Amino acid sequence: MMRVKKSITLAIIFSVFLSGCILNFSNNSGSDSPSSTQNLYIENKGSDTIVNMALAWAETYQELYPEIRISVTGGGSGTGIAALINDTVDIANASRQIKQKEIENAAENDVIPVEFIIARDAIAIIVNQDNPVNQLSIQQISDIFSGKITNWSQIGGDDRPIVKLSRETNSGTHVYFLEEVIRQGDKEDATLFSQDTLLLPSSEGIITEVRDNPNAIGYDGLGYITDEVKVIAVAVTQGDDYIIPSVASVNNNLYPIARNLYMYTNGEPAAHVREYLDWILSQDGQQIVQELGFVPILDN
Amino acid sequence: MSGYSAIFFVMMILIFLIGQGLPALGQVEFSSLFSERWYPIEEYYGILPLIGGSIIVTIGATIIAVPLGLGSAVFISEVAPRWAREILKPMVELLAGLPSVVLGFIGIVSLSPLVREYLNLPTGLSALTGSMLLGAIAVPTIVSVAEDALDSVPREYRNAALALGATEWQTIWTVTLPAARSGVLTAVMLGIARTIGETMTVMMVTGNAAVMPDGISALFSPIRTMTATIAAEMGEVAEGSSHYHVLFLIGIILFLISLVINVTASSVIFKKTNRTEKILS
Repeated sequence: MMRVKKSITLAIIFSVFLSGCILNFSNNSGSDSPSSTQNLYIENKGSDTIVNMALAWAETYQELYPEIRISVTGGGSGTGIAALINDTVDIANASRQIKQKEIENAAENDVIPVEFIIARDAIAIIVNQDNPVNQLSIQQISDIFSGKITNWSQIGGDDRPIVKLSRETNSGTHVYFLEEVIRQGDKEDATLFSQDTLLLPSSEGIITEVRDNPNAIGYDGLGYITDEVKVIAVAVTQGDDYIIPSVASVNNNLYPIARNLYMYTNGEPAAHVREYLDWILSQDGQQIVQELGFVPILDN
Repeated sequence: MSGYSAIFFVMMILIFLIGQGLPALGQVEFSSLFSERWYPIEEYYGILPLIGGSIIVTIGATIIAVPLGLGSAVFISEVAPRWAREILKPMVELLAGLPSVVLGFIGIVSLSPLVREYLNLPTGLSALTGSMLLGAIAVPTIVSVAEDALDSVPREYRNAALALGATEWQTIWTVTLPAARSGVLTAVMLGIARTIGETMTVMMVTGNAAVMPDGISALFSPIRTMTATIAAEMGEVAEGSSHYHVLFLIGIILFLISLVINVTASSVIFKKTNRTEKILS
């Protein structure tokens, strides 16, 4: 099983690598001959929320510095951090902060995670375009996902059952949503997702189902939201201002469901990894963050 | 030699599964393991809804695939003219080569909205959608094996039946099918084994909600299967954690289920032919 897992990972890395090569060909940037300076390799893995951004960074960075090879894979924040603990990646992407238990696990393997905040993200609550509901409070969203509200008519919508969509439990977005929205940040609260919540394996799956199904409600990172779904305005408590998530409203700390996105390295990163992280945090790197619908961190 | 190596590999897999899965019984309490709540990140390890989910999807797929598969096999072997047979059989076998992720994608994009609209369900990501796609996966296996079995029934049986005045329909139902029953049962068993082990398609279209199925109505709501759970969660678990061992325990249960199916199938095959058949042959 382990060997199978490894070979699958290898295959994925290989295919990412291969597609990178093909891209290089089509860009006619054949400047790097095989015999040039030795290639430096950065392996980057983790959060599916970050994966598109990480790919965009990697592609741009490799164009700037052809001697660097960066392979990017997704799989979820837990997957990335697990890989960091096993010391099989250079950089782990995570859409949540590392847990105390994971730091302890890492210490057992002589791995010391070092944290970098690389962007911010807002979680948008989405419904079908035909749904008349426009705004919800955090309490209402919590009640929907924990199963206390089961029909749209209870919150001013049509008489339709509510179908709740979530990411799988290995997603950082799932854990963040559970802790900050369903439990509203209360660590003592043991409320769970209602058992009939659909756990979909990908962000795209959630968007597709919300687009097609007028009963559905889901959540997803702001970067994944398309025009085909309706974004709900959210207020902390009923009666407050209802805020639509956007780069401006997140940067002004108005939108309540926003979070930091992280990269973790094992100890102080090697020089070439350090340079890559510095570039990500530079204006050029953060420009890509903005282009992909996430929130850049320059202002802080 | 290669036959023995197959046994060797199966034994190795079994030993590995048991080694990784049995510690779960020590780490997780029995009452928790057989509860109805699966939410591993908060240490709820109730596997009953997962077993139920797998069973519901498999039953649904069997109901769809067996009549369809056997019907096609009978048609191809007994009714269709030779030229049609030459085209149909390779076509059906080609269907078996369709990657399950492609079927899953078709399921999400076109089948699940159809299921939701026509049956007026809250969502189309349900056990039924999964069953329909799994049925499509099982049909080629069933057709291929059952057709071979029907084909190997001696010509004389049919001629004798027809000579006694039986219609073609009566010949198929009362002579050919019963004579080929061991092969036909193998076909059905292999088809079921194929559906219970299928992962990608069910993960994409069944909604993966770990709800305990209550009777046949569960076919119309989302469920979570054992295979989808292993596939979705194995990537993130820390090695050696209770969650990790429970996932392997689920693997053992899956292994046992397909073992039972296979043993049943082979016991049918090796059953002695009855007296009438001996006299006839």
